[in-house]
Amino acid sequence: MLSLKNTLKENPKLLVIFGLLALLFTVTSLLQPSFRDPATLTNTMRWIGLYGIISIGVAFVIITGGIDLSIGSLIALSGVMLPMLLKGDIFFSEPLPVPLAFGLVLLISLGIGLFHGVLVTKLGLQPFLVTLCGLFIYRGLARAAGNDQTQGFGGDFSGLKNALVKEKLFDFIPMSFVVLIIIGVIAAVVLNKTVFGRYLLAVGHNEEAAKFSGIKTDRVKIAAYMICSLLGGFAGMLFVLDTNGATPSSFGNFYELYAIAGAVLGGCSLRGGEGAIFGVICGAALVQVAEKAVFFLGVEEKSKFTVIGIFILAGVIADELFRRVNEKRMAGGGGTGPPGDSPDPAGSEA
Amino acid sequence: MAADPDSQLLLEARAISKRFGGVRALEGVSASFRAGEVVAVMGENGAGKSTLMKCLAGVHQPNAGEVAVDGNLVSIPDVRAAEKLGIAFIHQELNLAENLNIGANVFLGREPRKFGPFFDRREIRLRTQGLLDALELDVTPDTPVRNLSIGHRQMVEIAKALSQKARILIMDEPTSSLSLHETRILFRLVKKLREEGMCIVFISHRMAEVEEIADRVIVLKDGRNSGELGREEINRDRIVSLMVGRELVAHEKTVAKTGEVLLEVRGLRVARFPDVPISFELRAGEVVGMAGLVGAGRTEVARALFGIDRSLGGEVRVKGEEVSIKHPRDAIRAGMALVPEDRKAQGAILNLAIRDNVAMVGMDRWQRAGLVRDRQIDQRAEEARESLRIRTPDTRQQVSMLSGGNQQKVVLAKWMPLRPRIFLLDEPTRGIDVGSKSEIYEVIDQMTAEGAAVLAISSELEEVLRISDRVIVMHEGRIAGQVARDDPHFSEEGIMQLATGGE
Repeated sequence: MLSLKNTLKENPKLLVIFGLLALLFTVTSLLQPSFRDPATLTNTMRWIGLYGIISIGVAFVIITGGIDLSIGSLIALSGVMLPMLLKGDIFFSEPLPVPLAFGLVLLISLGIGLFHGVLVTKLGLQPFLVTLCGLFIYRGLARAAGNDQTQGFGGDFSGLKNALVKEKLFDFIPMSFVVLIIIGVIAAVVLNKTVFGRYLLAVGHNEEAAKFSGIKTDRVKIAAYMICSLLGGFAGMLFVLDTNGATPSSFGNFYELYAIAGAVLGGCSLRGGEGAIFGVICGAALVQVAEKAVFFLGVEEKSKFTVIGIFILAGVIADELFRRVNEKRMAGGGGTGPPGDSPDPAGSEA
Repeated sequence: MAADPDSQLLLEARAISKRFGGVRALEGVSASFRAGEVVAVMGENGAGKSTLMKCLAGVHQPNAGEVAVDGNLVSIPDVRAAEKLGIAFIHQELNLAENLNIGANVFLGREPRKFGPFFDRREIRLRTQGLLDALELDVTPDTPVRNLSIGHRQMVEIAKALSQKARILIMDEPTSSLSLHETRILFRLVKKLREEGMCIVFISHRMAEVEEIADRVIVLKDGRNSGELGREEINRDRIVSLMVGRELVAHEKTVAKTGEVLLEVRGLRVARFPDVPISFELRAGEVVGMAGLVGAGRTEVARALFGIDRSLGGEVRVKGEEVSIKHPRDAIRAGMALVPEDRKAQGAILNLAIRDNVAMVGMDRWQRAGLVRDRQIDQRAEEARESLRIRTPDTRQQVSMLSGGNQQKVVLAKWMPLRPRIFLLDEPTRGIDVGSKSEIYEVIDQMTAEGAAVLAISSELEEVLRISDRVIVMHEGRIAGQVARDDPHFSEEGIMQLATGGE
């Protein structure tokens, strides 16, 4: 995004993920030429756009050393609420204008993020537990709100669907991908160029040292959870516009795991402190391309998850191996060389 | 006391070289270690002390050179092999499982068993008790390590070494986090082990300790042998000149003119000592040392003043105006700066670049419309590198790559642009080499010369006496006394008296 060259220089492992993406794409295209048909590409990009947004969201939380498991359920909640609000089936008896409906869903999402952040920072609860409970609660709320019935737009709101998801720029790039790029640029600026972004990285690396430097670490972390839920809620609306309807019990199932997989593949360390938006987008793309590739290569539906899981694992292993090689290369200066260097053959025999 | 030079040669390193990537950490270093002697290995940070020790303990593999035990050439591919040869190595950061008890730690990985897979609790307890008795430690084998002080943990490490029948005990800066009292106990034990014919090798930066206990000093410089001193030759000046390769100009304290009261603390109470109110003041231009044993409450005072911990009560005035400090941000606004005791956990963010650390405090100053101005930060980092003499080719380097002394300079550097009036320095030179130490003393001098007030907490009496205009001595949470520079009690003895609760 911003100075891509610098990003790659400072974060060489982005090359690995980018390389993997290119490799997978090339190999699949060679084996199954229809994979690179413009129509297929457009379709793949549409999915990358949707999932990329939630990967970016969860990346902010992961950078602080936290995690958000509730994204899928939040997507269900927002995906169920949007059509209901637009049709006047919930809260208000009149259909709500589009901006108001969007605004309300985003506001609720922000509130959920705030709730997570406060529990994590002020009460000191573990992010895993807080958001695991969220996973149950928001799924339940989505089912209650939608009365366990699929909520959809029917034939209405096609303008909105086109504008945000389906319309194609230059007859090729789907709007959801354009939206991802816009959000990605904003997120990259926030992460790399703003004071908040620097604080976020600092808190992720070493929260205590950040506090000792006068950074209000709690606020930084709460903001990260709010960004994550905001993007989750927003993506939920795009997802439902894409599918035209949301079934409360299944909509968005496992999406948090796709989001996390994308972020981690894209270079975010679950230990916190590390991550770049460009990498996260590549990571999300990798997961989606893998999923499509599996389909195009004729892997049976029942084996799909196995193959995808193995592929993601391979990506994580490649990334870790690369990190080690890189660390070894850098190890000279600090004198903290890794154990087990090449043993000296001469003169150490008894 | 000194070891007989003819006593048995236990361990010998011959022309050891070690490279990490392109960096030569050791180049042809030789050293010999005999039964019944205490050898100190000294040198500036980066001189190769730890690397040499790790080569002998099987942590690192030398690229060239030989190691001999009892005159026989050996290879030491890993720590296990070293242990079999009777070489035990105690890391600076102790390696104990905090959730296990003492016995389980001592026999970790070598548990006596019964009925196949089950470990024999009774046997462990019995043998551990024997070791603890030998070390005159008043704890039971069932005590969880989590509940032990650092000093006791070190003893557990030593017990572990003894249980392995170690003949050579290598310790990397064993006293760096010990209180004076704990250091005494450790030294008594070291002397006892020496009597029993063990060879104890330790790395230290503290001259007084080395003068007291070492039979021989091996000095390294830039990865090479710089010289050796026998028992009678050991003195500060000779060690220092071997370490730095020149006579070090002794840091002369410039006695500052003290001005107005900058910080006034009245009845401050901290959570650890809720019933003990603390009162003192700092004047512009003075360095006030804060001495006391570890656990006397010095760090707690600094933390409360800086808003890390909530104080239970009391009044803090800066330049006569009462301030309410609930978060470090409030303290920074009031003109304070804190250099915390734990450089790696609290001071610097090791995985970030030097420039990003320098910019961490008050980054708002380097922004326009919320966007960080990197060029200004780079410029500021460059200035800091020059003025504080941070040794690095590039301020974009990670702080973790720097030596301890240079890391500490980065921690200091991040405060400088704010021009704080009150510096709280908690163990500002812990674990850093003499060269960097005097540079940090110079920085402190410069702070006071510019009219700041400095509170310097230090467990090294030598340092306290060297830099302070006045020393506040704490004992069990209270101020046991204050000694000014012209006071006859302004001496190690006088301060120790107060610190240990004497009159």
